[in-house]
Amino acid sequence: MKYAYYPGCSADGSGIEYGMSMERTAKILGFQLQELEDWNCCGATSGHNTDKLLSLALPARNLAIAEKTGFNMIIAPCAACYNRFRTAEHAVQHDPEMKKKIEQVLDMELQGSTETLSILDVLVNKIGTEAITAKVKSPLTTMKAASYYGCLLVRPVEHTGFDDPEDPQTMDKVMKALGADAVEWSHKTECCGAAMVTARPDVGMRMLYRVLKDAKESGAECLVTACPLCMLNLDMRQAAVEKQFGEKFNLPIYYVTELLAIASGDAPQTVGIEKHFVEAGKYLDTVKIRAAEAKITAEKAAEEAAAKAQAKAAAAKAAKEKAAPTGEAGVKAKAAAPSADAGAQPDQKKVDAFVTALTKNPDKMAAKLVADPAQAGVLASILDEKKIGKLAGLMARDMELAKKAAAAFVQQELKRQGECQD
Amino acid sequence: MLESAFKLSPTTDSQKALISRLEQEAGTSINLCYQCGKCTAGCPAAFAMDYPPRQVIRLLQLGFTEEALNAKSIWICASCETCSARCPRGVDIASLMDTMRRAALKRGKTDKKVAAFNKAFLSNVKNFGRTYEAGLLLQYNLTTGQLFKDMGLGLPMMQRGKVGVFPERIKARDEMKKIFERAAKFGGEQ
Repeated sequence: MKYAYYPGCSADGSGIEYGMSMERTAKILGFQLQELEDWNCCGATSGHNTDKLLSLALPARNLAIAEKTGFNMIIAPCAACYNRFRTAEHAVQHDPEMKKKIEQVLDMELQGSTETLSILDVLVNKIGTEAITAKVKSPLTTMKAASYYGCLLVRPVEHTGFDDPEDPQTMDKVMKALGADAVEWSHKTECCGAAMVTARPDVGMRMLYRVLKDAKESGAECLVTACPLCMLNLDMRQAAVEKQFGEKFNLPIYYVTELLAIASGDAPQTVGIEKHFVEAGKYLDTVKIRAAEAKITAEKAAEEAAAKAQAKAAAAKAAKEKAAPTGEAGVKAKAAAPSADAGAQPDQKKVDAFVTALTKNPDKMAAKLVADPAQAGVLASILDEKKIGKLAGLMARDMELAKKAAAAFVQQELKRQGECQD
Repeated sequence: MLESAFKLSPTTDSQKALISRLEQEAGTSINLCYQCGKCTAGCPAAFAMDYPPRQVIRLLQLGFTEEALNAKSIWICASCETCSARCPRGVDIASLMDTMRRAALKRGKTDKKVAAFNKAFLSNVKNFGRTYEAGLLLQYNLTTGQLFKDMGLGLPMMQRGKVGVFPERIKARDEMKKIFERAAKFGGEQ
């Protein structure tokens, strides 16, 4: 697939990493970017603050160039450029009078045949998260990322429309495809202050502070953006915000394209991570270490589960003696184990009765332990002597504990099934 | 919020004409607004405004065009579009704010800092076809007399290769100047 590419003015300046990582993203995912010939600035906010016709004519010149060179789809990674392009496209397609005026100003003709796309739209709706996951070599497991959409990617919805204006999901989906945890937070579409942070810092800095604060309080360890102005504010001015409001954030900020390239095997320097103001390389190292640890833990759990399955037959006869659980291997079962030591020895007759009931009527008993019918079915299907022994022991002593252990068994099994599918 | 009393009088014809011009350019109608205040509740910059968005609309509904165009709010609005996205009556408040900024600018009423920034930005586009960030900030600082604003960020920006030494220029610079001239000639809905 070949797209017309509109890098925007920041791609060679403050947003240089966005330009670098955008080109890497295209290479990794196998689509082509053809830079628009002799493109001009979209006019951004200053344009529409000053003159409506000019604010539409400036992006429209680029649309005319795209049409002339035979392109229908334009990628504009910068959220502001994207928004101005969409606004101009909307005017050209829906307002014949305005279209005529724009053509007069440009001295060029417009077909209204272009569609400008944001990088998030391309990643999720044109390429798809499965294709992204397929390229991932070092997943960002354990990264706690707050996806920050800001304003112009999702509003006004009549012009953008590829995602929800209040709770957008495309960036979260990309982050999950890269293996990261997408943090739920409330400021994902709140304004960072945009040009106000420069022009009116008395107003803009507080807006910026609120976004950083909410991300931090929601448990995010970094923010991800698809807008060079959001990046400039969140990254370059974070130190000033910390100073003004007396609060430390230490939140590295990444472009979504940077993380895509890095998860696909690029070295951080390839996409310019060292150019950030808030140190952003160390957190990537931390994530790498934690991801490796998580992988080892998962492998260990899988090995232990396999060993457990082998021991199943041998353990069958000993089931009754093992009614009180000791040193179980499964991670989830471990969570329930400490409380088992706390109680008194259960009545052996009761235990026997429960063992019989669980063996003869697994479905009925499972339904008593797990409320959700589907999960109860799962439990009934995995009940073996060892599990029956353990559950019977707990049921005789404390029904709540038994329910917890049953829930843990179900979760373990569901996780195992999920891993098999992967 | 109101520091002085407002004298209610019938809206004059010129006020009516101005309001309908604003509505036409903004592509919205102020009469749809029933003053619920959802725009103000969600506005991230309302804390710094003299008249929050709902009150700006109310001023227009009551015919107080001068007060509305003099409101500091219209220059504090960051164009984030949250108000328009949430308005239950479909009033495009952000577009109205945008239109009011332009109308105020034509009357010479403006926030000096915001206007200086916009002017510096557009003169870059007019002369080079693109924005030259470093030049833009320098020009903005010079015209607003804030010589040392963001000085501490200049060197780190250069060290990171985020500042071009020279502005990027497009080939069609003459074309750009003509676009600006023709937009000024054909533009203006008035």
